[in-house]
Amino acid sequence: MSNEKIQAGLEKYNASVEKAISRFPERPHLPEQRLYTPLDIKDTDYADEIGFPGMYPYTRGVQPTMYRGRFWTMRMYAGFSTAAESNKRYRYLIESGATGLSCAFDLPTQIGYDSDDAISEGEVGKVGVAIDSLADMEVLFDKIDLGKVSTSMTINAPASVLLAMYIAVAEKQGVPADQLKGTIQNDILKEYAARGTYIFPPRPSMRLITNIFEYCSKNVPKWNTISISGYHIREAGSTASQEIAFTIADGIAYCEAAIKAGLHIDDFAGRLSFFWNAHNNVLEEVAKFRASRRVWAKVMKERFHAEKPKSMMLRVHTQTAGSMLTAQQPNNNIVRVALQTAAAVMGGTQSLHTNSRDEALALPTEESVMIALRTQQIVAYESGLADVIDPLAGSYYVEALTNKIEKEAWEYINKIDEIGGAVAAIEKGYIQKEIQDSAYKWQMDVESGAKTIVGVNKFQVEEEPPKGLLKVDASVGVAQCERLHAMKAKRDNDAVKAALADLKAACQDENENLMPHILKAVHTYATLGEICGVMREVFGEYEAHVNL
Amino acid sequence: MEKRIRVLVAKPGLDGHDRGAKVVARALRDAGFEVIYTGLRQTPEQIAEAALQEDVNVVAMSILSGAHPHLFPKVVNLVREKGMDDVLIIGGGVIPETDIPALKEAGVAEVFTPGTPTSAIVDFIKANVK
Amino acid sequence: MDIVEELLKGNRLALSRAITAIENEYDEAVDIMKRLYAHTGHAFVLGITGPPGAGKSTLTDKLAKAYRAQGKTVGIIAIDPTSPFTGGAILGDRIRMNSLTMDEGVFIRSMGTRGSLGGLSHKTADAIKAMDAFGKDIIFVETVGVGQSEVDIVKAADTTMVVLIPGMGDDIQAIKAGILEIGDVFTINKADHDGADKLVRELNMMLDLDAHGMQMEQTDTEKALADQFHHLNVAKHAVGNTWRPPIQKVIASQNEGITETVENIEKHFKYISETGILQKRRTERSKNEMLDVLHSNIGKYITGKLDETGKLDEYVEQIKRRETDPYTVVADVMHDMLKE
Repeated sequence: MSNEKIQAGLEKYNASVEKAISRFPERPHLPEQRLYTPLDIKDTDYADEIGFPGMYPYTRGVQPTMYRGRFWTMRMYAGFSTAAESNKRYRYLIESGATGLSCAFDLPTQIGYDSDDAISEGEVGKVGVAIDSLADMEVLFDKIDLGKVSTSMTINAPASVLLAMYIAVAEKQGVPADQLKGTIQNDILKEYAARGTYIFPPRPSMRLITNIFEYCSKNVPKWNTISISGYHIREAGSTASQEIAFTIADGIAYCEAAIKAGLHIDDFAGRLSFFWNAHNNVLEEVAKFRASRRVWAKVMKERFHAEKPKSMMLRVHTQTAGSMLTAQQPNNNIVRVALQTAAAVMGGTQSLHTNSRDEALALPTEESVMIALRTQQIVAYESGLADVIDPLAGSYYVEALTNKIEKEAWEYINKIDEIGGAVAAIEKGYIQKEIQDSAYKWQMDVESGAKTIVGVNKFQVEEEPPKGLLKVDASVGVAQCERLHAMKAKRDNDAVKAALADLKAACQDENENLMPHILKAVHTYATLGEICGVMREVFGEYEAHVNL
Repeated sequence: MEKRIRVLVAKPGLDGHDRGAKVVARALRDAGFEVIYTGLRQTPEQIAEAALQEDVNVVAMSILSGAHPHLFPKVVNLVREKGMDDVLIIGGGVIPETDIPALKEAGVAEVFTPGTPTSAIVDFIKANVK
Repeated sequence: MDIVEELLKGNRLALSRAITAIENEYDEAVDIMKRLYAHTGHAFVLGITGPPGAGKSTLTDKLAKAYRAQGKTVGIIAIDPTSPFTGGAILGDRIRMNSLTMDEGVFIRSMGTRGSLGGLSHKTADAIKAMDAFGKDIIFVETVGVGQSEVDIVKAADTTMVVLIPGMGDDIQAIKAGILEIGDVFTINKADHDGADKLVRELNMMLDLDAHGMQMEQTDTEKALADQFHHLNVAKHAVGNTWRPPIQKVIASQNEGITETVENIEKHFKYISETGILQKRRTERSKNEMLDVLHSNIGKYITGKLDETGKLDEYVEQIKRRETDPYTVVADVMHDMLKE
């Protein structure tokens, strides 16, 4: 059918719609366009813009066979209380068929404080496991073969220290560093913009990150050295386009920093990975995943002149949207997570964490975690969604939406370039302000009823408070502090002092890679707080830019 | 007379999730209140002292990390110790229903859980500020 | 508690409540001010102004720390605009001074402009006095430039510092025309950004021209702003002020240039003290204060009377119908009332 014929048909259809609408008005707050046709994608060149899986620009996926080879990694984010408790949960997950671990750390750990620091009071073991030193890390991975498992660690500001601890535990297990597989989040820019667990100012933080890139490219080659995260940007309230735009702008900043530090793009770009949110609007999310791959491929090829295909592939871990879970009628969350899982799978994710139904209320129970994992397994084995590659390609709507999200992302990336890059845009508060504005708009839309959230602003019921929520007892903090003090009494404190002095000197010399020095300190059982304390002394601390 | 309701919006503890706090701060401003937002990682001592210097009518805190049983009551006690008996102290965040009675017992006037419209917070403040 | 007694004893809550009474125009505020007045006149008042985004709060934070290191106690009044639509405000300066909160020698108070232009400068002046009576050695008043209300606030200061940043584009031209007149000390913040040197050069040139009484080519906006600041300009030059405002480059976030800025501030204070300008400014200020109170009280008194008797609405109706005019009405009213 020629475009003229389609156009004629469309006009006829539109006329009929006018008549229908006069009798049956449409629901308010819908996407502007009600129907998509070949006309909406007539300028999209299949070969250039869509192409084939495993081929530039990777719109249809980064691997040639995608899930026909093997499913995505089903990776459940877990960790709470003490290292021993979390170790039990990890082993339970591995026995239940999880194929990768994902460690959640408590806030003192994420911000580089020991459990006995005054500021840690009330936070120890709450949102993740407390790690004070190598001793805790040894317990955390007890009886888990680090040569076999792939481990993702959600750690940013002190990522270098936790990675060093992981390498040290592996050494003790007899696993060489070049066999280690996993990811550290290590994405400081989104901490400034959206997540809030920063420590140092941008410059030394970028140095720590490039130090890790360099160290791992030589010593831990299978390790994903960064997970550039849009997840938290979306959780903070951004739109889908903003999520990928701000994250890719962060990615550009990391590449530029690494190149400035003397690395070659193809030496580290293949180890960069991304982290997306799987939100409620299924088709928009699928389009977002597809658009993000295309934008990144173009950035790498056209801007950084990468040559290795692997450098141009946007590999992505996904988590379903925590902020979309409702505290009301929590079982409804099972359905939300299933739809979000479908979106991530049709979007072609490489690994996935599914949230548990009770996470708007507390940390998930074992039973809830099991349902969440089963959700992934049902989508993988029963739904058929994983049977063919990029099943929504060619949908007029999804292709048009992919184009639209790509266009909006480029507009933001260009704007950030004008400001002077992601670091400058964050320092000026631009990215934060854009996210806040979107978050506020979302909230007002929910309150006005323009957006419906089932069980929250429509279809509410009176309900009993849910029972059997997981609680982390305050005694966890006390016990953790006792363990820390016992460890400090046993270790060779002169060795710790010497290692910390050595680290301080290294921090002061900008040309020095800090990783070997941190590793040395970790081996002496210097604590996370002590190591970060030295770095705080030299680097100072970041002061947030807030502009409401 | 030109009285305005003054609210201190604070994030005690180490939790960096400030989407809710920021949305609430803006909603309170749009409701005609004067809002002092203190940002992340505030200790209970800092929050109480800021409340004193700003002579606020309301202290609104948000915690998503689970540290509320420890931190909320601590702020209440410090504010009261400073002689501010009439300050309304409210909290919000990921807070299990079962924790709420103890928080109220400790002096937190109301706890707002996920899904609460900001208008409910505005109405509560208007109805309860002395 | 007796607010005044407690405030003078150093009770921070009493100071806080006193400022609230002033801000909210509680009846007791007049009594508080009466009783505090004898205890004021000791503090040095530094006005800090400049366009939004110039980093005034961060700079205030660092300056406060520098003065604390000298052992001086510090009060900070940070003023942010109130939304004209909702009456609400986000008072966001405090967040950049969080690390001062636990220092007992520092007291920070955020204020919204609350719409009433004349009222604000009056309230700010009284809040300064409350901090002065409390015993603060130095009081910072931080406000967004460059409206009339900010200029009025600045009149309450002994020394006024203007903060600018490079890269503000064309706006800076307009701002400069106005701020040139009010700045005793200039600070170029974010001096590591492009255009800092250019800004310093331009500012130097303009200040030199100003000192020689030369007029530059001005755009309409600049003229309008210059007019607005004229009265200040006159006041400044009338007392034989030969002070040439220094310009200091600063990176407040990295604590660079702070020591030099403090030196500039102190040099200016020394200059105005030694030349008698400070005394003249303070005399002028006392006069303004008295006149302010006079105008406001007489105005309130007469308005109240008119309102009480229902005559206000009557007059308004008559004026609306053009049966009379505001000038005649006021002349009549004054004639009647002041006779009493």
